[in-house]
Amino acid sequence: MTDSGLELTIGSKPYSVGAVNSRVRIELKRIKKFRLFDWLFKKSLGFSSILFVMIIIGIFLTLLIQSIPSIKEFGLSYYTHSTWNPVEREFGSLPFLVGTVITSFLALIITIPFSLSISLFLGEYFRKGAPSTFLRNAVEILGGIPSVIYGFWGLFFLVPIMRSLEVSLGLPSLGIGIFTTSILLFIMIIPYSASIGREVISMVPNHLKEAAYSLGATKYEVIRSIVLPYARSGIFAGILLALGRALGETMAVTMVIGNRNALPTSIFSPANTMASVIANEFTEATGDVYVSSLIQIGLLLFVVTTIINIAGKKIIKQFGKTQ
Amino acid sequence: MNLSLTKLFFLPVLIASMVLFSSCGKNDKTSSSDKELLGAGATFPYPLYSKMFDVYGKEKNVKVNYQSIGSGAGIQQLTSRTVDFGASDAFMSDDEMSKAPAKVVHIPTCLGAVAIAYNVPEITTTLKLTPEVLALIFMGKINKWNDERIAKINPDVKLPSTAITVAHRSDGSGTSYIFTEYLTKVSEDWKKAVGTGKSVNWPVGLGGKGNEGVGALVTQQPGCIGYVELIYALQNKMQTAQLQNKNGNFITPSLKSTNEAANVSLPEDTRVSLTNSDADNGYPIVSFTWLLLYKDQNYNDRSEEKAKQIVKLLWWVTHEGQQYAEPLSYASLPPEAVKKVEVLLNTVTYGDKKVLDIK
Amino acid sequence: MSNLIIRKIKNNIFKYLVFTFAVLLAVPLLLILFYIVKEGISSLNWGFIFNLPKPVGETGGGIANAIIGTFELIFIASLIAIPFGIALGIYLTEFQKKKFTYYVRLGVDVLQGTPSIVIGMIAYLWIVKQMGSFSALSGGAALSIMMLPLIITSTEETLKLLPFSLKESAYALGVPYYAAIIRVVLPAAMNGIVTGIMLGVARIAGETAPLLFTAFGSPFMNLDVMKPISSLPHVIFTYATSPYKEWHSLAWGASLILILLILILNISAKMLAKRWKVKF
Repeated sequence: MTDSGLELTIGSKPYSVGAVNSRVRIELKRIKKFRLFDWLFKKSLGFSSILFVMIIIGIFLTLLIQSIPSIKEFGLSYYTHSTWNPVEREFGSLPFLVGTVITSFLALIITIPFSLSISLFLGEYFRKGAPSTFLRNAVEILGGIPSVIYGFWGLFFLVPIMRSLEVSLGLPSLGIGIFTTSILLFIMIIPYSASIGREVISMVPNHLKEAAYSLGATKYEVIRSIVLPYARSGIFAGILLALGRALGETMAVTMVIGNRNALPTSIFSPANTMASVIANEFTEATGDVYVSSLIQIGLLLFVVTTIINIAGKKIIKQFGKTQ
Repeated sequence: MNLSLTKLFFLPVLIASMVLFSSCGKNDKTSSSDKELLGAGATFPYPLYSKMFDVYGKEKNVKVNYQSIGSGAGIQQLTSRTVDFGASDAFMSDDEMSKAPAKVVHIPTCLGAVAIAYNVPEITTTLKLTPEVLALIFMGKINKWNDERIAKINPDVKLPSTAITVAHRSDGSGTSYIFTEYLTKVSEDWKKAVGTGKSVNWPVGLGGKGNEGVGALVTQQPGCIGYVELIYALQNKMQTAQLQNKNGNFITPSLKSTNEAANVSLPEDTRVSLTNSDADNGYPIVSFTWLLLYKDQNYNDRSEEKAKQIVKLLWWVTHEGQQYAEPLSYASLPPEAVKKVEVLLNTVTYGDKKVLDIK
Repeated sequence: MSNLIIRKIKNNIFKYLVFTFAVLLAVPLLLILFYIVKEGISSLNWGFIFNLPKPVGETGGGIANAIIGTFELIFIASLIAIPFGIALGIYLTEFQKKKFTYYVRLGVDVLQGTPSIVIGMIAYLWIVKQMGSFSALSGGAALSIMMLPLIITSTEETLKLLPFSLKESAYALGVPYYAAIIRVVLPAAMNGIVTGIMLGVARIAGETAPLLFTAFGSPFMNLDVMKPISSLPHVIFTYATSPYKEWHSLAWGASLILILLILILNISAKMLAKRWKVKF
C-alpha cells in the first residue's frame, strides 16, 4: 500500500492509513478463522451426536437383522417352546424367559422391604450423622462390587449355606439354583432401588409432614399416609430400574444358577437365564440358526431392559417436575 | 485445573497410545506378531496344551495363546477365522466341514480317557459301573446311590442313600461328544432319548462350563457324578469309577488302559472314534483330540512366517512335545498316527507352496 | 388400651422394623468384604503380583498380565469414551432447544440400561468378526460403550450448574464460541468431569461379560492392542469356576486387588468431589 499521505490518530498514536488497513486485514482474517473454527466446532459436536444416535440405532438394528434367520425358522413359537436342543436344531427360549423372570421377580420381592427400609432410614430417620454416613457408604460400596466377584462369593459362601438349608428341608442338596440366584441378585440390586428411594423420600416437602405432626400424628402415621403416597411413583421407578438391572445380570447368575437349559420344576431347581445362556453358548454357536437364536434372545433382553429403564426414568422425571 | 496441567497430562497419554497402537495398520508381511499364535477350543487336553505351549514358548520364543473355551467354540472360531488354530475332541462332522470357508486339516495330538468321577465320601473302595447303569444314571432313571441296580454290580460296597446329582457340560464340548457317542453305542434308550452331540438336551443335571466347570461341580457337590478328562480327576483327587468294557472287564481309567484302547486303524484324515474299544483291557471311553487348521494358510492377509510357525508348532506337538503327555496321564500318539500326521502336515500349503518347504 | 398407646406401639414397631432391615443390609456387605479380604490376603505375595500364569496344575502362577491387562483395557476405553462423552455432554448442554437433543438423551438412557452381555455380542459382531481376531481393542471398545453414559451425564450435569455469566464474560471479551467453550467453560467443569470419569472407570474395571467374546484372555503380558488380553475380572471368572485349589486362591487374590482398585477410585472421586465442590 502506498502511503497517500493521510494520517489517522488512534488514541494518541498516529497511524498511517496503510498500517490501519493491514491491521484491519489481520483482524478480518482472525475473525474468519474464528468463524471457521466455530463452524467446525459446532459441526463436530453435531457430528458426534449423530454418530452416537447411529450407534444406538445400530445396536438395535444389528440385533434385529441377525435374529432374522431364527425368526424365519421358528416364528413366535420360539418364545413358547421349551426345548433347547442344539443337536436337533430345535430352539425354544421359554426355559430362559422363565428362569429370568422368576429369579428377577423373586429378587425384587425380597428387595422391596430392604430397600424401602433403607430409603426411609436415610430419608426420614437419619438424614445426617454417623448411622446415615455408614449406611449410605455401605450401600454405595455394595453397588460398586463387580458382578463376577458377587458370583465368586456366592459360589463359595452362599451355595454351601443353601446346601445345608436344602438338606434340612429334605431336598436334594444342590446349593445352586433359582433360590440362590435370587438371593444373590437381591443383594446386588438393593443399591439401585435404595438410592433412588432415598432421594425421592427426602424430597417430600417438609410442610406436608409438619402439618401432619402438628395434628398429632406419629412418625409411622406420617410415613404411611404422607411420605409413602407422595413418593410412591419415585419408589416405583427405583424398583423398575432395579428390575432392569436384575434382568440383564450375567456373570453372578451364570456362576450360581446351574446352567440347566430346561424349565425349572421348583424354586430350588437349577435353571438358566437369557443373559447366562448367551454367555455360555455364544462363542460356540455353530451354524446360522444357532447363533441367530442366541442373538434373538439378546434382542429380547435389549428391548425389555430398554423399555423398563425408559419407563423408570420417565417416572422419575415426572416426579421431579411435580416438585 | 489449569491448561498447563492438562498439557502435562497429555504427554504420557500420547506415549502410551503410541506404544499400544504401534502395530495397527502394519501391512508388511512379517512382524513380531507372527511369532504369536492364537488357538482356542477343547478343555479336554488343556492341561497338556498349557504345559506344551509353555515349554514351546521358552524353547522357541514363540508365544502360543490357547484359550480353553470348549470344542464347539474352537470349531466355531476356526470357521469364523478369528483364531489361528482350533482344538476339538470331536472331529468336525461332514456338515461342519462343509460350512467352513475352506478345507480343514485334523491333526491328532494325543489320546485321553473320559473318566466317570464322583463325589461320595461314604464309598471307600472303587465303584464299578456298567454301560447300562451309566446310561440310566445320566438319564435320571437311577437317582439314588443305593439303587439296587448299582448295588448289584457292587455287592461289597456300602452305598449311601444320597441322591445322585448329575453334572454335565453347559457349553459345546468335545468331551460331551465322546461321552454321548459312547452312550449312544451302548444304550438304545440313550440313543432314542438323547443322542450324540457336543451339546445335547440333557435329561437331568447341572451344567458346568468346560472340563474345569464339571470338575468344580463334582468336587463341590456331595453325591455328584460327572464326566471329565482323566487328568482333571487325578489332579483334583476325585474318585473315578471302573467301567465295564465290551469284553466284560471292569477297567480303571488310566494311561495304560487308554493306550490299550488305541488299537483301531486310522483313516487318512485321522477322523475316527475310539469308544467302546474291542481291546481286552482297553478303557471304553477313550478318544483322540485334534488340532484343526486350514489346509491353505494363505487367507486373511496371513504371512508366510505365520503359516510356517503354525506348521512348526504342530510338528513339534506331535513329535518332541509328546514327551509331556504321559506325565500328565495322556497317552502319546501311536507311531502309525504320527506317520499319518506327517503326511497331513505335508499337505498344508501357503498358496501353491508347501509350508514345510518354506525356510 | 387407649388409642394413643396403640398408635405409639405401632410407631415403635415400625421404627424397629425399618432399623432392623436397614442394618441387616450391612450383614451381606460385611460378609462379602470380610471373606474376600480373608481369602485374598493369603494369596498376596510378590510372586502373585509379578508372575505370569503357570500351566494347569503347577503352583506359583501369578496375575501380572491380568493387572496390566485391566489397566490397558481401561486406557483404551477411556481414550474412546472421554472425548466422545465430553463432546456429547457439551452438545446436550449447548443445544437444549434442538429437537434432536431429545433423541440423544433417550439414547443415553437406553445405553445406560443395556446389559453388558448384549454390548459384548455387538462388539463381537462389529469388531471381532471384521478384524478377524480377538483383541484388546475390541474389549476396550465394548467397555467404552459402557463408560459413555456415565461420562455424558456427569459432563452435562456439571456444565448445567456452571453460571451462565462464565460464558457471557468470555463473549464480552471477544472470545469466539469454540474458544469460550474449550478454554473457559470446560476447564471450569473439569472437576465434575474428572469425577465422572473416575466413576466410569470404577464401573468398567469389574466388567467381565463383554470381555468374554472380545478381549478373550491370554496367558501372556500383552501391550499390543491388536492381540487378545487378560484382565482381572476374566481371570477371576476362569479360576473361580475351575476345580483347582491354587486357582481359587489366585482368584481371591485377584478379587481383593480388583475391589481395592474400585474402592480407591470411588473414594477418591468422592473426596475430590467434596474438595472441588462438585455438585451433581
